[in-house]
Amino acid sequence: MFRFLRDHGVIERNVVLMAVLTVITISIGGLVQVVPLFAVETTIERVGGVRPYTPLELAGREIYVREGCYTCHSQMVRPFRDEAERYGHYSLAAESMYDRPFQWGSKRTGPDLARVGGRYSDDWHAAHLRHPRLLVPESVMPPYAFLDRPLDYSDISDRLATLRRLGVPYTAEMVANARADLEAQARPANDATAMQGRYARARQGAFDGDPRSITEMDALIAYLQMLGTLVDFRAVTPAELRQQ
Amino acid sequence: MAIDSATAQPPPTYVEDAIRAFTIATMFWGCVGFLMGVVIALQLAFPLLNLDLEWTTFGRLRPVHTSAVIFAFGGNALLTTSLYIVQRTCRARLFGGDDMAWFLFWGYQFFIVMAALGYVLGVTQGKEYAEPEWYVDLWLTLVWVLYLVAFGGTLVKREEPHIYVANWFFLAFIITVAILHIGNNLALPVSFGHSRSYGVASGVQDAMIQWWYGHNAVGFFLTAGFLGIMYYLIPKQADRPVYSYRLSIVHFWALIFLYIWAGPHHLHYTALPDWAQTLGMVFSIMLWMPSWGGMINGLMTLSGAWDKLRTDPALRFSVAAVGFYGMSTFEGPVMSIKAVNALSHYTDWTIGHVHSGAMGWVGFITFGAVYFLVPRLWNRPAMYSTRLISWHFWIATLGIVLYITAMWVSGIMQGLMWRATDEFGFLQFSFVETVAAMHPYYVIRALGGIMYLSGALIMAYNMWRTIRGEVEPARASAIPARTVAAE
Repeated sequence: MFRFLRDHGVIERNVVLMAVLTVITISIGGLVQVVPLFAVETTIERVGGVRPYTPLELAGREIYVREGCYTCHSQMVRPFRDEAERYGHYSLAAESMYDRPFQWGSKRTGPDLARVGGRYSDDWHAAHLRHPRLLVPESVMPPYAFLDRPLDYSDISDRLATLRRLGVPYTAEMVANARADLEAQARPANDATAMQGRYARARQGAFDGDPRSITEMDALIAYLQMLGTLVDFRAVTPAELRQQ
Repeated sequence: MAIDSATAQPPPTYVEDAIRAFTIATMFWGCVGFLMGVVIALQLAFPLLNLDLEWTTFGRLRPVHTSAVIFAFGGNALLTTSLYIVQRTCRARLFGGDDMAWFLFWGYQFFIVMAALGYVLGVTQGKEYAEPEWYVDLWLTLVWVLYLVAFGGTLVKREEPHIYVANWFFLAFIITVAILHIGNNLALPVSFGHSRSYGVASGVQDAMIQWWYGHNAVGFFLTAGFLGIMYYLIPKQADRPVYSYRLSIVHFWALIFLYIWAGPHHLHYTALPDWAQTLGMVFSIMLWMPSWGGMINGLMTLSGAWDKLRTDPALRFSVAAVGFYGMSTFEGPVMSIKAVNALSHYTDWTIGHVHSGAMGWVGFITFGAVYFLVPRLWNRPAMYSTRLISWHFWIATLGIVLYITAMWVSGIMQGLMWRATDEFGFLQFSFVETVAAMHPYYVIRALGGIMYLSGALIMAYNMWRTIRGEVEPARASAIPARTVAAE
């Protein structure tokens, strides 16, 4: 130690040496913490049911990200009794394994949304998003009535193709049918059989209450309504949940 | 080690024009960032202020606030001081000269404006403190690499045998931020003409990489870089050498080694595997020691010069900054303990903690540095008004006190309300009841922010009058007159 202090003058006289030693010093912690998460298979629990987002849900998720919903809502239920009572089963790594970016959040100005899917009706969500304080007077959420405008999904198959290139298990068929699947999910008049064959448990609906046009509101509600619903926790065994 | 050690040779002509511009940009973006903070604080107290417009919702403006204070205010402060300090402590003109400095200036301001425009229009990666999309990230990478070239090049051509301690911290900050920025933003654009990109990591891995980046944005951008300022500024202002050379060696290497491990404390009790959470907690607690090593080295440098605090309000800013640094680097390790974090996480306690560091440490050390630099850069005998510096100090300090105490109360209260159960074991409060309970504290917090902003506006005024070459007329006569009256 004292030798190091005496010899430190060598480092102080050599810019390159100081820079190299700095890079080594700051690299160790990050490598130890990040690399095993990719290498250790049990980082992701081995539960069934998790699938990539449908094109409409993905478009809704993009709106969730665009509007910065994560600045006030978490998507990560912690393993505490009160959170189990309020939100449900604690969140699994598997449930966000296709999330780019992850939206676990860091602040709950509003409640956690990891399991909000199916808790309220589509109508409630549409009315609440438009005018939060009409339904919840104490709420401090901004109004999102402007989401009642046409959804631009011209690039939806490009988005799926990009995610596929990064390793999300979208098939070539899913990419090719992205537009049709998006429309089938948002228009109750369309035949949803093919879409539902590609995406298990995907629900068709007129999410914002208007079956004719496909709006940003439709996409966002479709996304919110599937959050936390993919894993059937009655069928999960403790061994599947174990994480290393 | 002596700073600017006196030798027979006259000093070289230093690059100063762009540094003057950086100083003004620091002040400007500071006021913008604090104003945005006040706006979003008021939105949480009075949601009508979201104005029913998509561009002015809390969700879009919050990144504008965080980026404006961290990257625009803090980043310009770091560029100002590091480029000023490296030239003087190396007795060498900036590598690349005026052209390099002006490119860094305009390149960095362009990054800020592009990022902010993106947020307002809804272009974001959705990762905290790393919201800019791929094309802005690429531009920043270019600017940052040239910053490293300018800074490192100046170190290489130095006339001093040793690299001064402030420059160790600046060098570590520039290198590490480059690595963090690239590591956290590896992404594939949807297409070349498309603003959106998707990151190479997803889910739990993305979370770990994000907070490896996020916590070390605090550790290296907001800590190591500003410690570099402290190691030049306080010895200069106090006219004393750095208290302990050995302590600076030990705390420098310990700080940069330990900080990198602390990221997972942002992910306690999440789906991140336990081993990583435990590592994050243990290293966060160890981090307390090198942090306080820096605080001790800064404060003890004032030994024998404490009387200067009475007469030099700019030094008061620097010293109070180190005090806030000590406080928030103690609070941080406490909050990283899992049992404490179970209560504090997701609440305003975290917001309060961040702001005691950001307003108290980063803000105050920057104010101290700007008050120190402005007379020197513009060749003025002193700031226009010492009285206004004092006013700034007390208004800003009271603002911070209001801010962090309000957030302690609201954070701990909300955490306790979430977990409260009645005598039958049912949850006692609905979520929205806890939101309603926050209201008075959000109002107090906004008031604290308004005071902090007011202080910065006083400073901007003082700076403007100084640059114009004015001296407050009352100053010359007022103080002796009062002394006579007291006798």
